[in-house]
Amino acid sequence: MINWIWMSMLIIGLVFAVFTGRMEEVNAAVFEGAEQAVTLCFGLISILVFWLGMMRIAEEGGLLLFLSKRLSPVVGKLFPEVPKDHPAMGYILSNMTANFFGLGNAATPMGIKAMEELKKLNGNTDEASRSMITFLAINTASITLIPTTVIAIRMTYGSANPGEIIGTTIAATIVGATSAILIDRYFHWRRTRLGRVR
Amino acid sequence: MYILSIISMYLIPALLFTILVVAIYKKVPAYETFVEGAKDGFQLAISIIPPLVGMLVAISVFRASGALDFLLSAIQPVLAFIGVPADIVPLAIMRPLSGTGALGIMSDLIRVHGPDSFIGRLASTMQGSTDTTLYVITVYFGAVGIKKIGDALKVGLLADICGLCAAIFFVMLVFGNM
Repeated sequence: MINWIWMSMLIIGLVFAVFTGRMEEVNAAVFEGAEQAVTLCFGLISILVFWLGMMRIAEEGGLLLFLSKRLSPVVGKLFPEVPKDHPAMGYILSNMTANFFGLGNAATPMGIKAMEELKKLNGNTDEASRSMITFLAINTASITLIPTTVIAIRMTYGSANPGEIIGTTIAATIVGATSAILIDRYFHWRRTRLGRVR
Repeated sequence: MYILSIISMYLIPALLFTILVVAIYKKVPAYETFVEGAKDGFQLAISIIPPLVGMLVAISVFRASGALDFLLSAIQPVLAFIGVPADIVPLAIMRPLSGTGALGIMSDLIRVHGPDSFIGRLASTMQGSTDTTLYVITVYFGAVGIKKIGDALKVGLLADICGLCAAIFFVMLVFGNM
């Protein structure tokens, strides 16, 4: 699926450039895109190194285990295949909490750790498990309390009330996240019905 | 609003403090453990580079060639028919594909229409209410080496559509039509 999307974006883009005469822009875009990606990853290094270090201390101290035991009755319902006191649950919860408070920088390392643990639970295959897809769906819907970047941009352009969109944003986020969970459940149901249990 | 910003300001320091206090209580050698765990961070960041380079190059080629604009002009009349203003369509399409791209379009819409206009409020709500699905999939699955992504992309994109529609609905409901 992702293979197909990737190829068609490139092929359609390259063919299109012939007709629109924008070959020069496409040439530049290849290098700009690559550079953007590397810059982004280098920006991630500092955050990933620091947070993964802190999270290791939290793990060794039993903090993650404590968190997952307390909150797993609620969030556990979303991830029926993850054992209640598994470290994956602790990482999932830390990721959701960080996202909720708009701390995207802290959320990413915890999300990646959660994915790692979910992969171990899935026998280290390169296939996405049911829990992984659920976790991803919740993350793409991003349940955020305060959209800080958006408010900052609104302030820059002189809004009378930069924060007035918080209410509509939360409402839209809740609908998005709820539909993510429901759609995820539907696809899982369809997969199991077809006999491909995973 | 004020209380919320206080909470988000204190959250990370409080978290760091709690982790360290628990480490003292449990007699964990904090510094050594930190260095040990932090080593993984570098590896992880490097392992995200290949998938992200591939994805961002494809998206910028698609955009620069004019194919994205063509797609937009094809969809716009359909959406305008259901009452979605044409100006917002590029943002709605860009949002799941590229975070920086969407941020650029959103700032431009707010600059042109004003932050307190219908379009400005709608753009703000759309930008804030969902995350970049393609980026999340690329980073999370890329970092741990998942190649068969199953239904993840379909679920993510369908949820995005629901979220974007909800944004239009709530902005109309709260701030009135147009």
